Amino acid sequence: MGNIANQTIQLSHGGGGKEMDQLIKSIFFSAFANPILCAEEDAAKLNLCGPVAFTTDSFTVSPLFFAGGNIGKLAIAGTVNDLAMMAAQPEYLSCSFIIEEGFLITDLKKIVQSMADELHQSGARIVCGDTKVVPKGCADGLFINTTGIGRMLITDISAKNVQPGDAIIVSRDIGRHGAAILMAREGLELESDLTSDCATLWPVVEQLIAANVTLHAMRDATRGGIAAVLNEWAKASNVGIDLIEKDIPVADEVKGLCELFGFEPYDLANEGTFVIALPQDIALGAVEILQRYGHCEQACIIGHVVEAHPTRVVLTTPWGSHRYLDLPHGELLPRIC
Amino acid sequence: MKLKDLYQGFRDPATIHSLAAEIKRLAELVDEPINIMEVCGGHTHTIMKYGLLQLLPDNIKFIHGPGCPVCVMPKERIDHAIALANEPNVILVSLGDMIRVPGSTGSLANHRAKGCDIRAIYDPLDTLKIAEDNPDKTVVFFAIGFETSTPMTAALIEQAEKQSVNNLLFHINHVLVPPAIDAVMAEKKSKVNAFIGPAHVSVISGAKIYQAAVDQYHTPVVVSGFEPVDVMQSILSIVKQKVAKQPKLEVQYTRSVSFDGNIHAQQLVNRYFEPRDEFRWRGLGPIAKSALQLKPEYQRRDAEHHFKSILSTEPIDDHKACQCADILRGLAGPKECKVFGRGCTPETPLGSCMVSSEGACNAYYRYGDILNG
Repeated sequence: MGNIANQTIQLSHGGGGKEMDQLIKSIFFSAFANPILCAEEDAAKLNLCGPVAFTTDSFTVSPLFFAGGNIGKLAIAGTVNDLAMMAAQPEYLSCSFIIEEGFLITDLKKIVQSMADELHQSGARIVCGDTKVVPKGCADGLFINTTGIGRMLITDISAKNVQPGDAIIVSRDIGRHGAAILMAREGLELESDLTSDCATLWPVVEQLIAANVTLHAMRDATRGGIAAVLNEWAKASNVGIDLIEKDIPVADEVKGLCELFGFEPYDLANEGTFVIALPQDIALGAVEILQRYGHCEQACIIGHVVEAHPTRVVLTTPWGSHRYLDLPHGELLPRIC
Repeated sequence: MKLKDLYQGFRDPATIHSLAAEIKRLAELVDEPINIMEVCGGHTHTIMKYGLLQLLPDNIKFIHGPGCPVCVMPKERIDHAIALANEPNVILVSLGDMIRVPGSTGSLANHRAKGCDIRAIYDPLDTLKIAEDNPDKTVVFFAIGFETSTPMTAALIEQAEKQSVNNLLFHINHVLVPPAIDAVMAEKKSKVNAFIGPAHVSVISGAKIYQAAVDQYHTPVVVSGFEPVDVMQSILSIVKQKVAKQPKLEVQYTRSVSFDGNIHAQQLVNRYFEPRDEFRWRGLGPIAKSALQLKPEYQRRDAEHHFKSILSTEPIDDHKACQCADILRGLAGPKECKVFGRGCTPETPLGSCMVSSEGACNAYYRYGDILNG
């Protein structure tokens, strides 16, 4: 295959023959190497015992590279985070690539390298995969699917387990991923260092579990932002959730972009920010663990769970008036992850 | 400019509280109910989103006006957009707000999913590139909006003319604020006795467009910005006028509104557009000289003319249970409508006020009216 620096993916790279073998060995195996993957069997052999969490996600983000990450980092962090939110230690991942003919091999290498780097954050391994190449125009550059399996360390975390008297904690400032994608897509050149929050959350969650914190519900606030997560919880647990607007951390850049486009930071996607419901009396302790050991300096309590107004989320403004925080409507931003 | 300059200061809790206290103090001196119509849906949105009603005394009420360009579009014209999008070799371009609005056979989003080429844009000038990139297609720009957005459409026409982009046609639905105010006040039962006018319209058209309303109806008109502090200041101005019993035209949004407005933009609009004899508003019905159309010399760019044979002008009314017409005139509130939140929701709107996020029913549904929360 020679020097691949300026080369592009050809249909033959997905043909199952020599070119495909070279591509897999030179790019995927070298980055993801582990004994299970390199055994090259038809399916990965795994040893599992006890309760297991199992999740899948497809990534179609546009643009593929954005401030703070790329589709590869997102594909690993996204699936690993879904496991982490169920208190499952991420162990095994599958990874499928759908690549458009003509895609730059240097870009593919960059993306795969960030996947490998992100895997180190959780210790999860890619143990099986697939590569398909589709003709020019049949996909937009690159789509990735990842599926993950993790061993559950706690088994009763659930959206249905949010209880009146719980505190609601957010791990950091909200809306960064959505805002970063919006900025990249609109070609906005702002004097801002706004980056996506895209990150693996397992190390933080591991700290909470190690400290034996009682967790009622935990979810990463991806598409639909914290508005979607909290509305889902309110409905699933038939409780009301009261939020204090001034306590919700939002970066100035995110607020400004929301003003320009008429969005609300609560609706914008995050890719490394999560929300927790846990008993009020341990909330401050949990925030301290997040801040001190989880590198979540902005973690804070943003509201409380109540019996009143079941299934609804109510926001109290800084001047004391109230309004519903509803689920986001319509086409907010397609292809954000 | 830093991004935070866009909002900082206009949402200061201490300022909002002191404005609320002053409004309350002065409103006690007024011996009639103060029924303010905020003409523009953007203000309805601000009032509901920031819970401003909860800060006001009982004798100040808001009557949510017809100023949401998506909401006032009658179904037959949304059907035009869908019919155009279904034509072979046509690309339909419109602002994002239009995409979800239901016509009589679904929304543009439904038809896009069926394979129609429908593009949503933020900036009308992006349409030029779509037309240039698709020389073998006819690109139709479905233009909506009040005086604020008309200059952008005019600028697009000007560029298309200058660059001879001949495959770009226009379906014009630009509407005007003053005739809508007249239509509301022509209703004998109307309770409106003050207006808040939208600042962005007056950045273009100037505050002057409301002088006739002040003279004719003897009501205060305050041209206001869209931040909570702007709206609270405007309410205070209205209450002060009521106390003094001297209705007048005031500009709260002095940051960029003048009496005459942007003359250059007005000239640009006048170059390409003229008033229509009549336009049927969803909810308000037909209003004379309330919308614009292309001037005869630009008829070759008029999609309504070009596709005349497939565009029906037969009026299509809203569901008979829908009370939008009364809501737009201030004769009923959203929650008094029998179908509000039941048969009529933002996902399946029966009437105009539920359609876009700027509609009154939509704002009530979305943000709630939690007065005693």
